[in-house]
Amino acid sequence: MSLFDDYYTLLIESGPEILDGFIVSLKLLAGSCFFAFLLAVPLAIARVSENAWLRQFARTYSSIFRGTPLLVQIFIFYYGLSQFEAVRNSVIWPLLGDSFYCGITVLALNLTAYMAEDVRAGIMAVPHGEKEAATAYGLSKFQCYRYIIIPRALSIVTPVLGNEVIAQLKATALVSTITVLDMTGIVRRLSARSYTTDALIIAGVIYALTTLTISLVVRFAEHRNTRHIRR
Amino acid sequence: MSSTETNSHARDVLVVEDLHKSFGQTEVLKGISLTAKKHDVITILGSSGSGKSTFLRCINLLEMPNAGRVYVNGELIKMATGRDGLPYPADAQQMVRIRRKLAMVFQQFNLWAHMTVLQNVMFAPVKVLGIDKRDAELAAIAYLEKVGLAEKRHHYPNQLSGGQQQRVAIARALAMEPDVMLFDEPTSALDPELVGEVLKVMRSLAEDGRTMLVVTHEMGFAREVASRVVFFHQGKVEEDGPPAELFASQKSPRFQKFLSSMATK
Repeated sequence: MSLFDDYYTLLIESGPEILDGFIVSLKLLAGSCFFAFLLAVPLAIARVSENAWLRQFARTYSSIFRGTPLLVQIFIFYYGLSQFEAVRNSVIWPLLGDSFYCGITVLALNLTAYMAEDVRAGIMAVPHGEKEAATAYGLSKFQCYRYIIIPRALSIVTPVLGNEVIAQLKATALVSTITVLDMTGIVRRLSARSYTTDALIIAGVIYALTTLTISLVVRFAEHRNTRHIRR
Repeated sequence: MSSTETNSHARDVLVVEDLHKSFGQTEVLKGISLTAKKHDVITILGSSGSGKSTFLRCINLLEMPNAGRVYVNGELIKMATGRDGLPYPADAQQMVRIRRKLAMVFQQFNLWAHMTVLQNVMFAPVKVLGIDKRDAELAAIAYLEKVGLAEKRHHYPNQLSGGQQQRVAIARALAMEPDVMLFDEPTSALDPELVGEVLKVMRSLAEDGRTMLVVTHEMGFAREVASRVVFFHQGKVEEDGPPAELFASQKSPRFQKFLSSMATK
């Protein structure tokens, strides 16, 4: 029974701390997903644009953020960029200098690249005839995208975007390496202090349960979004 | 009928002069000329590859003609050639303006799947013509009644049969109150038993006096409803006249051949 006692004590003593960390993790998740989604749609449109410059920019962005490990990206943004005085004196220093905001920024920029690829797949999956009908009826390019292409594309890739959100929760753990006190950051500290892995295991369970809950919410959203289109 | 020559274009809703269109090295339209007056119901016949659909799509600029002139209600569509030698519309505003006067009904219906039937019909009038939402809704219901589908207005396209979807597509086209309605093989993708309901709607539109350009294989429609039949052969107009004349005398041997090949189907 001493195993149970260990965990019980740990929860009583450090529970609130772990909870604080959990809230930070959720903020990282929500913040990065929100901004990534806002940026992913324009990036996807750039990726399929007729303008060669836009296309190339989107391709380069994608290959940088999807081609390098998230951990490396986090280190470069936090430790790497702060070496330069120009950056330290610039207007974005409050963003990059603070570990939490820096973390959210990198998480968002990274997720944007993945989501943009998903949205692009959605755009290409919109039936060509529906796009053609929109053009034929006199809609401007902007109107076609705004009312026909993007809504249709998003409803097609809702399941995929949902999976990205679920995966992102796990990615947020990496910002603990730049001293952000998210749940992983807290339990790593607790573990180091007590020379046990108990706290880490508790965090693992919480992550898993949260992922499960998010999955349920995502499936529900999927259902509602596509109910009228798929049969 | 026309008092002066300068006025002769006044009732011409659509004038096409010497239209050429190539896809790469293949020339699909080799100099098509055609005039449509108000209330004309023109059926375009021809075998596959004769250029009928391409011709229709050149009118609302889904395809860009390489040469020739298209006048919609007397307005010439301005074309330019890009650096790669391919044509493109010189005036984007004009293109949108022209498209507002032409409404197309597609072979594959092409209804917007994420919108209800009612939204499909209302959408272009509200967004392109700037009509007030409430007015557009009332008008849309009226058009849906005309095609017999008002009670399905809150359904989604994939909940309807092919014939029903095509009738909604016709309502969508009607809602734009176009000067010319373009039909690109409207019944070719339908199961045979659903073809009749669509042809019935098209016949009633013709009886209402709508100007229609119909590419089709439905000989019955061509014979009974059309005011003029145009026969395409390998990118050129072989025959152009009233159906009674064409089906009775059948001057061109190619047209005879085409008719007999259609009869065996």
